[in-house]
Amino acid sequence: MTGRKDLLGLEDLSGKEIELVLDTARSFKEVLERPIPKVPTLRGKTIANLFFEPSTRTRISFELAEKRLSADTVSFTAAGSSVSKGENLKDTARNIEAMQIDMIVIRHHSSGAPHFLARSLKCSVINAGDGMHEHPTQGLLDIFTIREYKKRIEGLKVVIVGDIAHSRVARSNIWGLLKLGAKVVVCGPWTLMPLGIERLGVGVTSNIDEALEGADVVNVLRIQLERQKSSLLPTLREYARCFGITRERLSAAKGDVLVMHPGPMNRGVEIAQDVADGPFSVILEQVTNGVAVRMAVLYLLSGIEADDKPE
Amino acid sequence: MSVRKKNLFQNLSALPSKNSCGEDGKLLLRNGRVIDPSSGIDSRMDVLISKDKIELIRERIEAEGGTRVLELEGKLVVPGLVDMHVHLREPGREDEETISSGGAAAASGGFTSIACMANTQPPIDTSGMVRYVLEAASRTSPVKVFPVAAATVGLRGEQMAEIVDLRDAGAVAISDDGNFTGNSEVARRVMEYARMAGLPVISHCEDPYVGKGGVMNEGYWSTALGLKGIPAASEVAAVGREIALAELTRARIHIAHVSTGGAVDLIRQAKRKGLAVTAEATPHHLVLSDEAVSGYDTNAKMNPPLRSEEDRRAVVEGLRDGTIDVIASDHAPHCEEEKDVEFDEAAFGVIGLETTVGVVMTFLVNKGVLSLSQAIAALTAAPSSVLDIKAGRIARGQAADITVIDPQLEWTVDPCSFASRSRNSPFKGWTLTGKSVLTIVDGKIVYQA
Repeated sequence: MTGRKDLLGLEDLSGKEIELVLDTARSFKEVLERPIPKVPTLRGKTIANLFFEPSTRTRISFELAEKRLSADTVSFTAAGSSVSKGENLKDTARNIEAMQIDMIVIRHHSSGAPHFLARSLKCSVINAGDGMHEHPTQGLLDIFTIREYKKRIEGLKVVIVGDIAHSRVARSNIWGLLKLGAKVVVCGPWTLMPLGIERLGVGVTSNIDEALEGADVVNVLRIQLERQKSSLLPTLREYARCFGITRERLSAAKGDVLVMHPGPMNRGVEIAQDVADGPFSVILEQVTNGVAVRMAVLYLLSGIEADDKPE
Repeated sequence: MSVRKKNLFQNLSALPSKNSCGEDGKLLLRNGRVIDPSSGIDSRMDVLISKDKIELIRERIEAEGGTRVLELEGKLVVPGLVDMHVHLREPGREDEETISSGGAAAASGGFTSIACMANTQPPIDTSGMVRYVLEAASRTSPVKVFPVAAATVGLRGEQMAEIVDLRDAGAVAISDDGNFTGNSEVARRVMEYARMAGLPVISHCEDPYVGKGGVMNEGYWSTALGLKGIPAASEVAAVGREIALAELTRARIHIAHVSTGGAVDLIRQAKRKGLAVTAEATPHHLVLSDEAVSGYDTNAKMNPPLRSEEDRRAVVEGLRDGTIDVIASDHAPHCEEEKDVEFDEAAFGVIGLETTVGVVMTFLVNKGVLSLSQAIAALTAAPSSVLDIKAGRIARGQAADITVIDPQLEWTVDPCSFASRSRNSPFKGWTLTGKSVLTIVDGKIVYQA
């Protein structure tokens, strides 16, 4: 991460860089367990959160991470902003940068929007999710969570289930996991499986039982309710029957399988109630880890000296 | 119904011309390598131009006193190039291009004749609009402009435009380019009627539903970049329909900007059957693939999109074996505000008039993919034949429309120095070998490097 101005995606990072983020996140996780979970590391730094798409988890997670690092934060949501007056993305961002912002965290519906900004802004740009392209901090926190439990990534069978075609979470996970040596299998209906996905180096199947066989980790993606009205899926009922993760289906996986979900969940559709709340689920830990991972990313991109690392 | 193609391009004497012929009204092009695919000439020849016509072509012509002489040793002397697919944006988007600036871009790129598409604002779907384009061109364009009129009113694919009236006003073809007529019954009737009027139908082939909302080719790259894709099948399905209707109606159709191997296969098959189907490919589809989109470069965004490497190779092969007859740029100027945005929001299209010669020479001719003669034919005789216009030949008595190319000239593409109003070129910064250095229209020099 040294020498990088921006975090746009996990595709750009090396395995070593990913490991550095994970190790740094480990330190910050300890900070979060203290009675006063705050460090002065980014004091004096100003970070703007530009969320052009609705978000609960990610936005709050970033805000908390920024505050825990003692940075000053400002948040922008598209509704009620100049965007509704027709201001374009570049102008919006440049105007904000002109207020002496050190870093911009951006979530946008267009793939490549963070890249577009990173080219024209001097400050650091962190991708908090761009269209269907990548959600690097989600990928990092997913991998961090797996590492916390399994102590390693290499050799694990990780299955990602759901709407792979439209999922930035899937793509970021795929890039990150492959770089660290995991075996990745994507599973979902062919109508939601992107062309050429196998060229990324993953196994591809529409058979959930085959996918779950011997799995170490199952990462369950949300099915957007709108898909059933489009030509992509007949009904959510059929999706749940074919791909829903139930206790019964999960018995094909390893005995210590981890069940993950980026949220928000459609209980009873892609994931059964008793799996979401069951013994294999680490979904809430993902959220906790998300703050630590985002602290690590902000710290590593800020250019602060290595000696200022939290003890 | 009688079919007459009027010579509607008015004389250019209205335009101020700095560089005209010698005192005796003659211009001698000496020592160039004259390549005229129509007649098969490919050798060192002298060409004598008298006023606006070619007077003589011979191995050695003695210049009389008063004749201006240009020494063209080492240069190629070819028929004035013809680009049959250009968007001039006037009326409506003069901020992007005008008939004048587009004409200047054509001259600078070595083109003496261009055919302009109808999707302006308002569109060229009435005889009045055709006449407007011709009038503006005769006043402001250094090169000849041949309007392609709309097939349907407003290019909406519902009601047929007055195709005979459009023809009588000077349209050389009809096309709803930019749009595909989803309603096959309308498409069929347009073809039948156009055939009656003696005009070819130029078809932009794209399925109206498959790939709707897509911004690049569907494939590995759209998956990796997270962008919605337009599958090759969209073009192939549409081409299949057009060919079937062409067979039914016996119309002359021309498939615009072919980008897929599937389309090439269908066109090859149609030609074997003897159907009146012709086709064109753009320099960018011949040279670039969808990998060019990586980094979200909006100068790699156009419709049809850049396709897979496999499709690109098939299109090149199609040009090589004659399945594809014409190279045309699909010059689509866009202002900076419409390109310097997120990829999803960026306008589709790239300019091409000023890079076609360089790209074709560097990547097709110099790489041995296409012979020089084939390349020139695809830029002269072939488009002239499709549009049935008097152009694309160097012959005694023909209009003196001539392009001189320096095949050795190395140059770097700098869109800021282009005559076009727009800068959206996918070849920005590339070094090319081969450039037009002299463009002559009706005996007058309209561009000199």
